Amino acid sequence: MTSPHDETSKPAPSAPALRLRSIHKAFGSCVANRGASLEVLRGHIHALVGENGAGKSTLMRALAGLSPPDAGTIEVEGRDVTGWSTADAIAAGVGMVHQHFMLVPTLTVAENMVLGREPRDGLRFDVNKAYRDVEAICRESGLAAPPDAIVGDLPVGIAQRVEILKALYRGARILILDEPTAVLSPPEVAELMAVLRRLREGGTTIVLITHKLDEVMSVSDRITVMRQGATIREARTADTTPAEIAHWMVGRDVGEAKAITSASEVSAEPILEVKSLVVDSTRGPRALDGITLTLRPGEILGIAGVEGNGQTELVEAIAGLRAVRTGSIRLNGTDATRLSVREREALGLSHVPEDRHRRGLVLEFSIEENLILGRQDRFSRRGLVDGARVRAFAEEQIREYDMRPTDPTIEVRALSGGNQQKVVVAREMGHGFRVMLAAQPTRGVDIGAVHLIHERILAARAEGKAILLVSAELTEVLALSDRVAVLYRGKIAVELPRGEATADALGPYMTGAAESKTTEAAV
Amino acid sequence: MASPLFDRQRLLEAVLAPIVATMIAVVLGDVLILAAGQSPAYVYRLLLEGTWGNPYGFGQVLYKATTLAFTGMSVAIGLRAGLFNVGAESQLAVGGFACALVGWLLPVSTPWLVAVVIAIVAAGAAGGAVGAVPGALKARFGAHEVIVTIMLNFVVLALLNWVVAARLHDPETLHTPAVRAGAVPRLASVFPALHGSAASFVLVLAMLAALGLWLVVARSRFGYELRAVGLQPDAAESGGIRVGRVWQWAMAAAGVLAGLGGTNFVLGYKGYYEDGMAGGAGFLGIAVALVGRNHPVGILLAALLFATLSQGGLAIHAAVPKQLVEVLQAATILAMAAASPEVRRILRNRRPVVSERAEKEAST
Repeated sequence: MTSPHDETSKPAPSAPALRLRSIHKAFGSCVANRGASLEVLRGHIHALVGENGAGKSTLMRALAGLSPPDAGTIEVEGRDVTGWSTADAIAAGVGMVHQHFMLVPTLTVAENMVLGREPRDGLRFDVNKAYRDVEAICRESGLAAPPDAIVGDLPVGIAQRVEILKALYRGARILILDEPTAVLSPPEVAELMAVLRRLREGGTTIVLITHKLDEVMSVSDRITVMRQGATIREARTADTTPAEIAHWMVGRDVGEAKAITSASEVSAEPILEVKSLVVDSTRGPRALDGITLTLRPGEILGIAGVEGNGQTELVEAIAGLRAVRTGSIRLNGTDATRLSVREREALGLSHVPEDRHRRGLVLEFSIEENLILGRQDRFSRRGLVDGARVRAFAEEQIREYDMRPTDPTIEVRALSGGNQQKVVVAREMGHGFRVMLAAQPTRGVDIGAVHLIHERILAARAEGKAILLVSAELTEVLALSDRVAVLYRGKIAVELPRGEATADALGPYMTGAAESKTTEAAV
Repeated sequence: MASPLFDRQRLLEAVLAPIVATMIAVVLGDVLILAAGQSPAYVYRLLLEGTWGNPYGFGQVLYKATTLAFTGMSVAIGLRAGLFNVGAESQLAVGGFACALVGWLLPVSTPWLVAVVIAIVAAGAAGGAVGAVPGALKARFGAHEVIVTIMLNFVVLALLNWVVAARLHDPETLHTPAVRAGAVPRLASVFPALHGSAASFVLVLAMLAALGLWLVVARSRFGYELRAVGLQPDAAESGGIRVGRVWQWAMAAAGVLAGLGGTNFVLGYKGYYEDGMAGGAGFLGIAVALVGRNHPVGILLAALLFATLSQGGLAIHAAVPKQLVEVLQAATILAMAAASPEVRRILRNRRPVVSERAEKEAST
């Protein structure tokens, strides 16, 4: 151990690349990190794993200078840098690649990479030098990217590579990647893993935030597991197994979680029928290319798959938020293909949107106002909203879902992610429904709220409601669904009943590996 | 439901920003007055004496505030729906023209109440029709309402100018013939002290409109949908609210409010329409809405503030250039724009900090 008071700016040779100790961070009443610690050795790929809401991103944002911790210390290469700014972090060689790209879509690759540190020739932006620099970085790192391509035209995998190159251009020696594979297709994932290995050979230290265990096993040297804001365990990847890591992540054996339901009585009449649904994409191939599925009362159909394979479009098309090119949607025996959102709601459809901040909630509205969004007609008389009934409904739901804080007039912006999601779920379940589209219902939600929401979904199923569950969390889909369909490139690659749907069975379809097999079978 | 009147936190927030903004403007005014070689105390005394200090001046403030209240409310209802109505100027003018035309066409024998109601409805309807155009274009084609309202200002004002100059003007003048029916009495007919001032009972109409605006925005279902669309259109759409339709109605309502403001000049004061009657009140309405925080009560107060400055400009003309008040108005607007988010953030931050500390103490 070197002295923490080492004044020299030169890294002490034996110091780890990163050392975070007892990091504590709270957002309002939501504690994101409670005493989290992390040590990353130089030249390693270190996986930081944990469920959604475990505090991984918060910890890394503290490291990147985006939000300083309330307590705890951060050391980079032996230097105490607690509370530094993003500019300090960049100058010290810490680069972060965010889940949502921070790129300007209308600029070229080269322009994006040099943005903020443009090479200058007098007062002029030296374009030629920018191109030369970018080409040099590409050569050194072995990552190829077309410098003159417009970023908005690039596939996601390449755009992400541009993000990595941008960090390298700024001199990053420590690279943090936040859920880098969430938006990638399987071949792109494989390519990214190769890139990370190449960077490691070049001496770059990498922190990989993820909750996908296969990635962890294939690429990382060491892992740290986080749960509920704390770092639970650290281990050499070679010394552990996926099952063990999953156990640490969830806090119990994952096998137990599935013992929730037995198949309930499923009535014969389908309540939701989607036939040969085709939805256009803003660019590139069709977002949905001939989707057919049926959902009966009392069952949960899970939609699994890598994000970006049409999940968003499927949910929005059924909800009435996205235009359908061909195909049909029948709700409760009525053709709903061209009906408005409100008319579909009247037929018994409810919708938990995947992005609660954009689609699910009006953040500046209070809890009680959000609880009637879309149902305001039922709470109005002669054009005026009946405040007393709204208040009574809100108080009932706050009790029912154990929302905190309990004041119905508080803006939902002030709530934690879990409580915000409870507001959305309470609203979508609280006004009578027969079919629910539940898109990523537990994304970014604390464990307590996850359990509560799962419970509610299962209770609704027991009451004979039908639920279309779309989730990027395969464990969630497997734990709740009666049937599981895999969405791959806008098509249903496979549909399996509960007993046969396992991660091993579905995996090849999610990655497209089984694609050729199914097309052969179809011919 | 939203009840900003009784929420201490929100009330404090709403009141603090305009006060801070006005104080900053006053300090800036001091500097300018000193630069002009006058004593700030003297100039401000002149300003107050010329406005609130005598009945005539006060009446003039009330007159100017009435028009500004209407245009301020017009801008505010648009902002609540997430729309920026820059067209209050032409909506105001067309409202004034419509009631002048109706008042002139109605026979003298029309019962007073009937004539007044018809003239006021005509003003609102004409303003509403002009306001509905940008709303409809946005809903249908996605045309940006700022561009459309600015362009419509030119079109509508030029058209009115042409109609009046070419067809409708009183001989030897550049205004329409005087109304024969539907004139609104001056306040001076009840409060003789206000004699000579232009203030009329249109002021009562403005206060009723403010009450109506509050009722619609804060209490009605349409107001709920309007606010949802203004704050988060994607969430409103997911909830089945027809965003485009809300935009249309919001812009139409904005036009109605501005159009009603036209009655103040025509029915309450001059008795005819003339080119340039809006006189920038539509644009100043943007400032009134901003300083009044889009709340009806705030708008009435802000309208009084800007009317005072405007009328006070005439009073201080002897001591300093009257353009000083324009600088003061601009400074108030700028300070308001800068102060409001700042003040809000400061106030908001206080709560989480306290709860965070409490939580830490609880956990140790």
